[in-house]
Formats: sequence, structure tokens, C-alpha cells
Amino acid sequence: MRLTSRSLRFVILALFAVFFVVPMIWLFLAPTKSDGALVTSNPFAFGSFHHIAQAWDHIDAYSSHLYRRWISNSLLYAGSATAIVLATAVPAGYGLAFGTFRGRKLVLTVTLIVMIMPASALVLPIFLELNSLKLIGNVLSVILPFAFYPFGVYIAYIYYSTSMPRDVLDAARIDGCGEWVTFRHIALPLAKPVIALVLFFSFVADWNNFFLPFAVLAKSTQYPIQVGLSDLLSSTPSFNPAAGGGGQSVNIFRPELALATLLAIVPVLAVFMVSQRALVRGLLGGGVKG
Amino acid sequence: MQATRKRGLHAGGAQRKRDQGAAWRGLPFVLPYLPFLILFGILPAIYALSLAFTTSKGKFIGLKNFTKTANDYRFGPAFEHVFLYTSVWLISLIVFVVGLALMLHSRASKATSTFRFLYYIPGALAGAASVLVWLFMLDPAVSPARFLLEHVFGSTLFVQAIAPGHLPFIFAMIAFWTGAGGWIVVLYGALNTIPPDLEEAARIDGAGAWTIALRLKLPMIRKWIAYMGILSFATGTQLFVEPQLVNQASLGFVPDTWSANQLAYQLAFRYGKFNEAAAVSVDLLLIGLIAAVLIVTRTGLFRKED
Repeated sequence: MRLTSRSLRFVILALFAVFFVVPMIWLFLAPTKSDGALVTSNPFAFGSFHHIAQAWDHIDAYSSHLYRRWISNSLLYAGSATAIVLATAVPAGYGLAFGTFRGRKLVLTVTLIVMIMPASALVLPIFLELNSLKLIGNVLSVILPFAFYPFGVYIAYIYYSTSMPRDVLDAARIDGCGEWVTFRHIALPLAKPVIALVLFFSFVADWNNFFLPFAVLAKSTQYPIQVGLSDLLSSTPSFNPAAGGGGQSVNIFRPELALATLLAIVPVLAVFMVSQRALVRGLLGGGVKG
Repeated sequence: MQATRKRGLHAGGAQRKRDQGAAWRGLPFVLPYLPFLILFGILPAIYALSLAFTTSKGKFIGLKNFTKTANDYRFGPAFEHVFLYTSVWLISLIVFVVGLALMLHSRASKATSTFRFLYYIPGALAGAASVLVWLFMLDPAVSPARFLLEHVFGSTLFVQAIAPGHLPFIFAMIAFWTGAGGWIVVLYGALNTIPPDLEEAARIDGAGAWTIALRLKLPMIRKWIAYMGILSFATGTQLFVEPQLVNQASLGFVPDTWSANQLAYQLAFRYGKFNEAAAVSVDLLLIGLIAAVLIVTRTGLFRKED
């Protein structure tokens, strides 16, 4: 009896693992095959490396290196926005944790509410605002809204208010350190785990954002990769028969689309690797303290 | 003790000086962040609100934009789709995520951390990428689940697989696929904060794994489940990417106003009716706002110091 409930538990866990992992495995294998082989061969068969190279050539040739452009756009948008987030959110979290200024509670409450509200609820209002400022089509209309990341402020605030003893700061002040010196030499060096967390969450949120750039950018050369992928999708004849002729001439088929999707997550994985240790500690430890 | 008192004496003058500066202390650190908060957090909402109550000429017309959009033939179906999708997604989250987290936690071993990691992997693919993966999975021509698609769901063609009736379930599945792993990690972390002695005591009292999971652990992570539920409800109502891409992949067979956010987007972009678009986005904003306020005031998760 005991054994069966144990193995039942394992079977259920394993079934879910299959559900989560199989699409990923398929995605890794798809670019190794030709479009025809994808239909006829075993879905988990490995094709050849030659096909990966070929698929890449086709992607790269699409609209004269447009794919590279999308990736570099995404790196630019997510990278510069995250840099601004780090520069503004870490001091702001510190100021909110130890400050006594008037309106501190208001800033904290509004930050909390905007942070919990789904980001996409604000996309259309932001679009309408930028539209009235005639900023639509400008890359700043992606970078600046991305640079507002209340969750980053909240992480920094929680970190400073829970894991930094007030006495240390008081001591520094009493020893004659100015506010800025105290922050620069005491608070900032202690913030490394926060920086890793904010870096990861902000970068990934920006990288994966589809709605905002889709709404505010006009030209396909300005697209970030997520919007670019939808552009590629429209050119794939297997999903969009109307693109049949187009698909033939631009050589974008399912293996190309799969490779394009796969390459689009490489930067996210890279950032994950960089901030992994802080992430695991943050997610499993302090980050979940009620 | 001696040292602190001494320092306290010395600090007398500084103390007074500090009190004078108290109304400003910390503000300079927050200043660089404030423009972003105002420009992209507060102003857009206020601007949308003002647009929603006026005409394109700026004349105040009360709730007219709201009633007009609510009577639009696409409004009802869009919100129906979104609520059906959100219900399916919420139920699957609460049942499976909580179930899996409890199962993983009931016997911690090396295998459980592997499982947690495997569940978390698809999280890297949020956004358009995850939708593309599932378009492949749903295309009977290439899907590794071809057998399931053909024999269980009776779909031999891609268009059949993405039939309108299937969409709320498909989108819920995509959202579950990318998001469940993260929530499992969060709930697992919450379960880890339960003192082991409590579990030990229950076991000595003769409670089995089931009883411990349902009677002891479940109530202790209740606020996290509430948080996940409210947050997912709010996020679910804002659905945009998934139906947008399926619309593109289906040659318009699935309408481009399938979800409420898509409708708002189309009103603004295709028809240039910014005031009506604002009204729909205010509807959605309100749902998000109410959910956020509920989480802050009711779950008790964000009460750090006040």
C-alpha cells in the first residue's frame, strides 16, 4: 500500500516532467531536420548538424540580416533599460528603507500597487500617453517605459530593510560619513545579491515583453526579437498558407522558425547563468519570507 | 553597552542636526526613480482615465465611451473569452501547482530538486517564443503528440487543433507551461518555512502524509495560494500575445479582437478611436488595480513594517 502511493506520486511527478520537457526537446531537435523530415521522421530523431547551419543561413538571409538586427535591438532595449533600472532602483530601495522623508509611504504604496498590477494593463495607457507626446516609433518609447521597474525597487527595499542593520548606518553617519558616502561605501557593496536579482528579473521581463514594443514601434527594423518572431511566423507557409509564395522565396519554414525561437532564448539563459546563485538563494531563502 | 552610550553622548549634536533633516532624509536616493514612477506608472493611468471620459475634442461625456464600447458586438465575446481562459488557467494553477508542490515537499530528495528544475525550464520561454513552441505542438503534421491530437481531440489539421472552442484551454495550457514552474518554486519555498517540528509532531500523533499535506501544510501556505490566485486572475484578464499570434498564424480565422486587450488595441490602431480604446483599457486597468489592492490589503504578504 505504502509502496503504491509512493510510486503513484512518482508517476504523477514524472508525467508532468514529460509535459514540461518534451516541447523543449522537440524544439532543440527540430532545426536538425528539413521541413519534410519534420513531418515524416520520428519527432525525437536527430537529423544532422548540416541542417542547423542551413536553417541559420536561411534565417540570416531573411530581409538582409533582419534577424541579427532584432537580436541586437532586444539587447539594446533590455540592456539599457536594465542598466537604468539598476541605477535607479537600488538607491530608491535604499532611500525607501532608511529614509524618513515626507511622502515615503505614498511612494512605497504606489510602487507596490503598480508592481503587482499586470504590466500589460498599463501598455495601452502608456501608448496613448506617448502618442499624445508624438513619441510613437521612437526607440525611447520602448526603453524608457522598460526602465520603470517597480519590482526592482521593491526587491532592493525589502533587502535593505530586512538584512541591513540600521545600527551600521547610524554608526557610519556618526563617524561623519555623509549620506552619499554611507550609501556608496556601506550599502552598495552589500547589495550584490540584489543587483543579481534585479538584473535577472528586469532583463528577462524586458526581453520577453511583446505587447509594448508591438504597440509603440512602427518599423520592422526597430522590432525586438519577440515581435520579430511574430513577423517570421507570418512568413512561414506551414502556418500561414497565404505566405506560401513568400515562404518559398524567403526560405522560412518550420525548422528555421524553431531555430529562430531557440536562439531568441539564449540571452535569457546567459543572464540566468550569471545571476543563478543569487537567484536560487533569493527564491528559496529570503525571497519567500512572509 | 558602554561604547554605545559613549557614542550616544558624542552624537548629541549630530542627533539634533539629523532631526532637522528628517523630512528630507533619503529623498535624494529616491529622486532618480520618481520620474519613471510618475511618467510610466501614474500618468498613463490618469491620462487613460481622462481620455475615457471625454470625446476626441476633449469634451466631457461621462460614461458614454464605456457604454458605447460595452455595447460593441466584440466586447461581450472578448471578455467572455478572457474570463473563460482565466478560469481554466486559475483552476489548473491552483490544483496542479499546489498539488505538485505538496507532492514534491512530502519527500525531499535529489529527484525532487531535479523535478523542480525541469518544471522551471520553460519559464525561459515566456512571450512570443512560448506561443510558437505550442503552435508546433498543436500542428498535427509535426507534433510529437500527434497521436493525442488525432485520436483524443480528433484534430488532423492545424486549423482543427486551434478551433475557437479549444482556444481558452490552449492558452491556459501555454500559460501553465511557462508559469507553473516558477510558482512551484515559490510555493515549495513557502512550504520550507514551516517548522519541521510541527510536521514531526503531527507524524508522532499518527498523521499520514496525506493528512499532513492537507491539514497542516496547505493551511500554512494559504496566503501564498491567495496571492498566486489573485495575481494570475489579474494577469489572465490582460491576455494579448497568445491570441495575437494565433490570429497571425490562422490567417484571421481567429479574430484579432479575441481578447479584451486586443479589442482595445484594435480600437486605437485600426480605428483611431483613442477615447473608446481608453475606456476598454480603463476597464482592464480597474481589474488589475482591484486585484493589486486586494493582494496588498488582504493576503498580508506585503506588510513588512506598517
